[in-house]
Formats: sequence, structure tokens, C-alpha cells
Amino acid sequence: MAKEKKTMNLNFGPQHPAAHGVLRLILELDGELVEKVDPHIGLLHRGTEKLIEHKTYAQALPYFDRLDYVAPMNQEHAFALATERLLDIQIPIRAQYLRVIFCEIGRILSHLLNITTQALDVGALTPSLWGFEERETLMTFYERASGSRLHANYFRTGGVHQDVPNNLLIDIGKFCETFPKIIDDLENLLTDNRIFKQRNVQIGIVTKDEALAHSFSGVMLRGSGVAWDLRKSQPYECYKDLDFKVPVGKNGDCYDRYLCRVEEMRESVKIIQQCLKKIPSGPIKTVDGKVSPPTRDQLKESMEALIHHFKLFTEGYRVPKGKVYTAVEAPKGEFGVYLISDGSSKPYRCKIRAPGFSHLQAMDYLLKGHMLADVPAVLGSLDIVFGEVDR
Amino acid sequence: MNLNEINKLINSELTTKIKNTNIENNELSIDVKVENLYQVILFLKTDEKCKFKQLIDIAAADYPDEENRFEICYLFLSHENNLRIKIIINFNLDEKIPSITKLYPSANWMEREVFDMYGIKFKNHPDLRRILTDYGFDGHPLRKDFPLTGFNEVRYSEKDKKVIYEKVKLEQDYRKFDFDSPWEGTKYIDEIKNKGKQDG
Repeated sequence: MAKEKKTMNLNFGPQHPAAHGVLRLILELDGELVEKVDPHIGLLHRGTEKLIEHKTYAQALPYFDRLDYVAPMNQEHAFALATERLLDIQIPIRAQYLRVIFCEIGRILSHLLNITTQALDVGALTPSLWGFEERETLMTFYERASGSRLHANYFRTGGVHQDVPNNLLIDIGKFCETFPKIIDDLENLLTDNRIFKQRNVQIGIVTKDEALAHSFSGVMLRGSGVAWDLRKSQPYECYKDLDFKVPVGKNGDCYDRYLCRVEEMRESVKIIQQCLKKIPSGPIKTVDGKVSPPTRDQLKESMEALIHHFKLFTEGYRVPKGKVYTAVEAPKGEFGVYLISDGSSKPYRCKIRAPGFSHLQAMDYLLKGHMLADVPAVLGSLDIVFGEVDR
Repeated sequence: MNLNEINKLINSELTTKIKNTNIENNELSIDVKVENLYQVILFLKTDEKCKFKQLIDIAAADYPDEENRFEICYLFLSHENNLRIKIIINFNLDEKIPSITKLYPSANWMEREVFDMYGIKFKNHPDLRRILTDYGFDGHPLRKDFPLTGFNEVRYSEKDKKVIYEKVKLEQDYRKFDFDSPWEGTKYIDEIKNKGKQDG
């Protein structure tokens, strides 16, 4: 007599420390083997896209900080680039370099969080304590530039909000000298660690073709051996003048993705160091008075400037009619903004393409046949932040 | 392959199936009828020269005043050619759109999101449920006739000792100021561009 197969349904989350936020997974288990995964998302859905339709372009920008709140400026960047393309404006060189510096800081912020929490998910506590100290230093840089540790709102259409204060760039340079040592320390803890390897090697394997079919991007794609980085292949800002490598994995498992992230942090440090050497002095936002507001001094003396200031902060700038899709290489993958403008001062439609959305979707494919204990390991290596998945 | 070559190729191979193609802001977009959508996408994915193997996103938009109310834009990426392409369809609410989950497994959640936000239905979709909104949510929030403040709000009731749903009550309605410049023809962006050309 054939034995009837009995499966068990298990509810994982939404309140679970390894769920990286508010993920609810309905797991169908056969003993300890995962048969089916049904992720329920949307518990952090705030209607960002709807809100943006009701705000001017300048007011819409801060919403992007709140998507992937681990690397806020990278998302701002995508929106700023999209509006700049519609307006057809070039931004000053110094602004480009500042943007790249802060985007790379964002990348380090995000990878530090991911690597250390991934280690935490498989049982290692120390990396997160060490890593978070560095994140704190990096967020102080954010604060010194923008006044805020997390929700920076620093980028503007046409440049950045203000120039960086004295010594900030010097301090970032000092950080770049000491930080590789910290990466070495983290690697000492994890890379050859027997437990860490047992939990990650050969877990959650993605082949090249499957990675493409599931719309993976960023580290998820590179871990599977596809050398694809938007900073190289479709360069924006000053990335084409910078020299950096794109680390590519071989096996497409959790461990390779971890190695890619570690290498990317090292590359980011190199990029920042090059930027610090090359950054010229000069204006930090476009001089086009119809887009960027006048300075305080001008306000005191010029009637024109006063009118412009008033119009820019009430009506906002009008963006020519059109549709553009602009993507940046955010730490988690391709972050894109599909912007439809109807010629008014508010976006008609702003679709946000979040990399985590596609990655999380593949949970069922990734986990089929794995053990229950591998669920947090795979989830950790996907690098999910719910701010951007749920939007 | 560059954008113009792809444009030519598509125009010659798919003449009858597409409405028109245009390159705007350095992006190629193709207007397609709903009934030809599946075949066009199949061609783009499987053709030796195109190789648009990755679906980036599916973005819908709502134009309540137009004859065809909804628009869906499929964004594709070809790693081999380093090119992006947009497929655009326009249609009305009574039409069902063929699902492309068989071609691109990642279309599953993207189509669910479009269904959730706009109420657009997809034929042959394996699992067309709501995705981002609350369990038991009513309405389609990204439609232009859906109010920003929504209809229901949620709070914990101390009296009932549970989370309850209530109609949204606002002391003051959501205020929408009309700041748009009353002057017509502030074509300042064009002016600046033309001025730049004259100077240069």
C-alpha cells in the first residue's frame, strides 16, 4: 500500500527576526524539506507611487530615501537622473563626483548590512557588531553632507543640494584607508569559517539562464557568472572615467554572492579614493535658474530671484512631456524609474522598479527541495529590504 | 546591433503585427495591438539577433479621458546587445491581456501587481491574486479616480481588543492647491536650449 504523503503548512513571519522586515512566508513542508513557498508581501506598502503623482518633482524625491532605506541616496539618484533626462540638463562635474562618492558609500552601507545579517541568520553574531560600527561612521558622513543619517534628501534635479562641508572629503579619505582592514577582519571571521561555508556553499544555486529568466540583477546576476554591471555597460555620471572591476561569481550559490559583495566593497573603496583625487571645485548644481533655486544672497537683492524662488517652491519646475526609463546600479541590483510626464510640474506616473521584488519572487524556485533551515540563509543572500519590495 | 538596426529589423520582420515604432529620448518603443502582443514578445525573446532575454518591469498607466483608458508598458533588456526596448499596448477595461508568465517567469508578480493596482485582468495567468494591498482590500489604488486618502483606515481598538477597519474620517479634506502658472507659453526650456545653440 502506497503511503499517503502528508505535508505541513508553516507560517514564517511577518514578525520574525530572520524575515528581514515584514515578510510572511507560507511554507509547505514535507518533513523538513520545503515543497512550496508562497511569499505574502505588501505589509509595508505605503503607496509611494500614488503619493508621487500628487507631489511636485522636488517633493517626490524624499520618498525615494524611504524605499531601500539601507542605501537611500542610490534610489534618489535614479529619480534625479530620470527627471534630468526629460529636462535635458547636464549637471556640473563636481556634482557628478559628489553623487558617485555618496552612491558608493551607500553601496558599502548596504553590503555591510547584508553580509553581517546574513552571517547573523546562520549563527554568527560578531560580524554584525563589527560591521555596524562602520555603518555608523558612514552614516555620519551622510549626516555631515545632508543633515540626516538615513533619509538624506541630498540629491536634486540638476545636482546636489549643497556643497560638502570642510574636511568631510578628507575624513572620507581617511576612512577609505582604514576600512579595507575592517573588510579583512570580517573575511577572517567568515570566508573560511567552516560553519559559514556549510550553511552557504551549494545552497540556493541559480544558473545563468534561470537568473536571466527571473529578472535578477546586481549581485544576484553576477553571482551566477553574468558579468553585467550598469556602471560599466551603460555608464552614467562619471563612472566611465573611473577604473574599477566587476567581481563575478562562478557557482551562483549563497557563498558566491557573499564573496561578490565583499569584493564590491573593496572596489567601492577604490572608486571613492579615485573620486577624491579627481574631484574638481566648482558649482554643485546646474546654473539653470528655472530648475535650481537661487542662493540666499541673490534673494536679498534680486526681485527676479525672489520670484523664481517662490515659483520653484510652490508650482515647482515643469518637466517636458515624455516617457523615460532610467536605471542605476543600486547595491541590490538594477533600480529603475519609469517616469511619465504630461508636461506639468507633477509626475503623471512614476513606476519604481525595485530589484528586490524580482528576487523575492524567485523564493519558490530557489527553495524547492531545500531544508527548512536553509530558508533564512537563502533569504539573507537575496538581500531583501522591504521598503523597496513593497514600495 | 544598435537601436536603429533593431528598429529596422523589427519593422521588417513584424510589419503586420506592430502599429508603429519610434525612438524618443534615446529609447525605442513599439506600439502593439493587444492580440499581437504575445507573438511580438515571443519574437523579441527568441530571435537570434534581438535576444531580449530579460523582462525588467511591467508598468501600467491610467488615462481616464482617453478612448483606450489603460496603457501597459513592458520593459525589456538584452544583455547581448546592451539594449533596452519598450512594448506599449493601449486598451480598455473590458479587454483581457495575454499573460507572458510562460515566456518570463518573473512576469508573474509583475502582472499580479498591475492587476492589484489597476484591476487589469490577464488571460492564462497561473495565480492572479492581489499582491501589495491588504487582505480583503477593495478597489484599485493607482487608478486616477481612486482618492489619495483612500476609503478605509485601520486602527487598534482598545474597546474591542482587536484591529478594526473604519471609514476614513478627516477633519479637513486633502487640499490640492493649483499653483500652475496662469501664463501660457512659459516655454523656458526650449528658449534656453535655443539660446544655447545661438551662442555656441
